[in-house]
Amino acid sequence: MKNNNNESNSIEIIDKIVSQANVTEGSNIIILQKIQEEFGYISPTMLERISQLIGTSVSELNSIITFYTQFRLEPIGKHLIQVCHGTACHLAGAEKISDAIELETGAKAGSTSPDGLFTIENVSCLGCCSIAPVIKIDDETYGKVTPEKVRNIIKEIRTMDNQAQTN
Amino acid sequence: MSKDINEMKDTFSTENTRVSVGLASCSIAAGAQKVYNAFETALEGIPAELDFSGCMGMCYNEPLVEVTSKDSPRFIYGKITPDRVDRIIKEHVQGGHPIKEWLVYAEGMKTADSDFIDKQQRIILKNCGVINPERIDSYLSVDGYKAIEKAIKTMTPEQVIEEIKDSGLRGRGGGGFPTGMKWSFARKAPGNVKYVVCNADEGDPGAFMDRSVLESNPHSIIEGMLIAGYATGAQEGFIYIRAEYPLALKRLNIAIKEANKKNYLGTNLFGSDFNFKLSIREGAGAFVCGEETALMMSVEGKRGMPKIRPPYPTESGLFTKPTFINNVETLANVAYIIYNGAGAFNKYGTETSKGTKVFALAGSINRGGLIEVPMGITINEIVYDIANGLSSGLPLKAVQTGGPSGGCIPASLSDTAVDYDSLKKIGAIMGSGGMLIMDESTCMVDVAKFFLNFTQEESCGKCTFCRIGTKQMLKILKRITNGEGKEGDIELLEDLAVKITTGSLCGLGQTAPNPVLTTIKYFREEYEAHINEKRCPALKCKALIEYEISEKCIGCGRCSKQCPVNAISGERKQQFSIDKSKCIRCGLCVTVCKLNAIDVVTGKRGV
Repeated sequence: MKNNNNESNSIEIIDKIVSQANVTEGSNIIILQKIQEEFGYISPTMLERISQLIGTSVSELNSIITFYTQFRLEPIGKHLIQVCHGTACHLAGAEKISDAIELETGAKAGSTSPDGLFTIENVSCLGCCSIAPVIKIDDETYGKVTPEKVRNIIKEIRTMDNQAQTN
Repeated sequence: MSKDINEMKDTFSTENTRVSVGLASCSIAAGAQKVYNAFETALEGIPAELDFSGCMGMCYNEPLVEVTSKDSPRFIYGKITPDRVDRIIKEHVQGGHPIKEWLVYAEGMKTADSDFIDKQQRIILKNCGVINPERIDSYLSVDGYKAIEKAIKTMTPEQVIEEIKDSGLRGRGGGGFPTGMKWSFARKAPGNVKYVVCNADEGDPGAFMDRSVLESNPHSIIEGMLIAGYATGAQEGFIYIRAEYPLALKRLNIAIKEANKKNYLGTNLFGSDFNFKLSIREGAGAFVCGEETALMMSVEGKRGMPKIRPPYPTESGLFTKPTFINNVETLANVAYIIYNGAGAFNKYGTETSKGTKVFALAGSINRGGLIEVPMGITINEIVYDIANGLSSGLPLKAVQTGGPSGGCIPASLSDTAVDYDSLKKIGAIMGSGGMLIMDESTCMVDVAKFFLNFTQEESCGKCTFCRIGTKQMLKILKRITNGEGKEGDIELLEDLAVKITTGSLCGLGQTAPNPVLTTIKYFREEYEAHINEKRCPALKCKALIEYEISEKCIGCGRCSKQCPVNAISGERKQQFSIDKSKCIRCGLCVTVCKLNAIDVVTGKRGV
């Protein structure tokens, strides 16, 4: 997922995605998913353009992106932390994990940390129940985490990011 | 009687050695990709085949590595890390000496863990964790696509439907509707455009059966859909899979591509006039889209809001055409039934629940993972014989099945048989297969609150009683767990439950009150303790507990360093203490104390 803020570049990319998609009955969601895959989120400007191209009204497209939780209406931070709150993880203490992540990043679930580094999302079931509690940071899944462990992982990521910046 | 592994001979052949690493989502989360990569490097120049498979089911022992050689039994190593790879190669692959202390399974022999596999009846899971899910040749080597070939060449569509009816197969998504009957309705539907849909939206938290099958044996689902299409006259199918399963999606895409290339999908299959086209539609994060009418709305590119039935999908479904929807596990059984006959399936199970069921076992147990057992096995047998009892050592308290639509079965009823009707009798449901084991440290009111929180968020909003009713039930449960329960709350919950069930159009609302109703039925005294005594018997609810440091404390200060609100103080090497007025009961201190010197006791502080 990438965040691309260049306006005219965005329009070109959207046009390309839509022209390559098979615009048939039922393809609204597929097109929106491809747009989100490209930009990481969907903005009102993007919706306007998509609407022009495929003929579905902006309000109908809005009704779709506000219904399905996969769609984001704002860009996310540099790293996405997904905390599993499925049944097994809940029983294994997912709430304490979320508390620890909030303490360490300063961000509650559903928001981005003040430094823009971490976006936290609560998800229901990553399907890795035998290693509960589970969190996922970007593409890496961590199982059997403890509040102490997740704080350390986040500290490490922050340190590596700071080092990369100063290099 | 299996031989004990300690009596096993020491040396096996080193010819045709094959090393296969389990690479399903939870395997990879446990570090299996790193193990695979280590084998890849270390096996260079050594005459052994390296391969990967899907989920072997023994999730509690991941990462798992299978080693076989000419005429040898299947050997499976558990909890393997990259630093153990060299020894496996040196001693087993090159030397022919299996490393007994790392083995978790040896075919035909008794190990500490062999009961986990040997007490199961693996039909659907037989090839999961065995074949390579990204190579069609691997599937073909285990009689892949022979069932659809048999159906097309030697059976009429009606005969296929009869075979499925005879097998007694019932919908494995939780509904339990007879599959053969559903297919015959679809066959009778007029018109020549019909759709078959595979519901791979597995939304129940705690359920990963379908994910495992899709990641480990995707072709079995394709073949099941082909047979379904042949039997009913549907020439197009969709697999609706949730977005949260990227690996399953990737492997399905590969499988469909390969099947098309080899003409197991496409036109004139096996030289007949049967054509079948298969495509994938991804869910976008809505639990309600596991309900069939909402699913179809989603495939049609709309908000996933359920519709009233009739008309049923087999009369008017996707794009107004006759459609029938089957769960992944249901379809995974189809090829086996057609290839081996109905008798090979209905010899397992009970009178009204034939065959086997896959369960995703998790919670407070020693052996959590994916199991397949004959219908009619008891909960006790699953918990103690297969899962080897509770990991905490505490007594069993309850078993939760059916996810947010399901119920909690108390320990007193753990000799209940697991089949559709026996579970219904005690107020529970089979569900899709998620099975959570709970011990005495679980608060049942908190469990009810957890599920209501889920269903309330996932409610599509269409029906007033579901939309507002679940919110009100959740509010009451939050008050109760917060120490603000009132007399009459239990009766209010029961009253709301009836109204929400009656006033809801779809299964989400109709079953949302179930977790509350079953916990009230079997654990009423816990609700009463929360409401009347402001006490949480399981010492879980934050507002009703306090932390106290005991004499076990040696004054190391670890807890104090972790405390986010500086509520813990003390002198080094002397017993520390917690300022209860500052403590937010986050529990971080308890998790870092190495001496269990922090006790959780009853106390009301509010949150």
